[in-house]
Amino acid sequence: MAIVVQQATFDPGAMLNQLHASRLGVGAVVGFVGYVRDFNDGEEVAGMLLEHYPGMTEKALGSIVDEACQRWPLLGVELLHRVGRLEPGEPIVFVGVSSAHRAAAFEASHFIIDYLKTRAPFWKKEDTGAGPRWVDARDLDTQALEKWR
Amino acid sequence: MITLQLFARYRELLDTDHEQLEYDPQLATVGELRDRLVARGEGWEVLAEPRVMCARNQDMCALSEPLTDGDEIAFFPPVTGG
Repeated sequence: MAIVVQQATFDPGAMLNQLHASRLGVGAVVGFVGYVRDFNDGEEVAGMLLEHYPGMTEKALGSIVDEACQRWPLLGVELLHRVGRLEPGEPIVFVGVSSAHRAAAFEASHFIIDYLKTRAPFWKKEDTGAGPRWVDARDLDTQALEKWR
Repeated sequence: MITLQLFARYRELLDTDHEQLEYDPQLATVGELRDRLVARGEGWEVLAEPRVMCARNQDMCALSEPLTDGDEIAFFPPVTGG
């Protein structure tokens, strides 16, 4: 299990491979990669700044991963979230899960990203043609949690 | 002492990211601390937003969470990571 918060970019392919590397009990690896889009809410986006709450971020991500490990039989979890300045096209977040069978890996990775969206202290500020703006939380993200209750 | 932390839009609006506050035993909950801050005016009313989120000692909590001396209390808008 690894939880990383960093400014530097990352290689999603390498992270996926790491989830399988020399672990012969792994039958399934599922990876989710979130990217910065160049358009949001009617405006072009030239980049964004990701703010977080150092200390709490790691703690919140840790409890989400712990919860996933209690719900599903997982063999590995890699969770990485970037902070600081990001450009369109760059990866922001990686959620990777390995397990013996696919169902646990699919469900746990979905659970982790859904919880991260509403429980981990990150905030996006976009640079748009109309100036900088804080991204608003979406009700859909909160509703997405319903399926895990 | 209570350590107050502010993030994102609230941090910008209030032009401060943290503040040390004298502990006041009359403030029993995080919500009562919030109300006292809102009463300052001059922008602090933003903490009365219905969607305000808070954390006590780096765990998300409700406004009804009890407050004790030495706590780190954070207020922030809904999170938008991922």
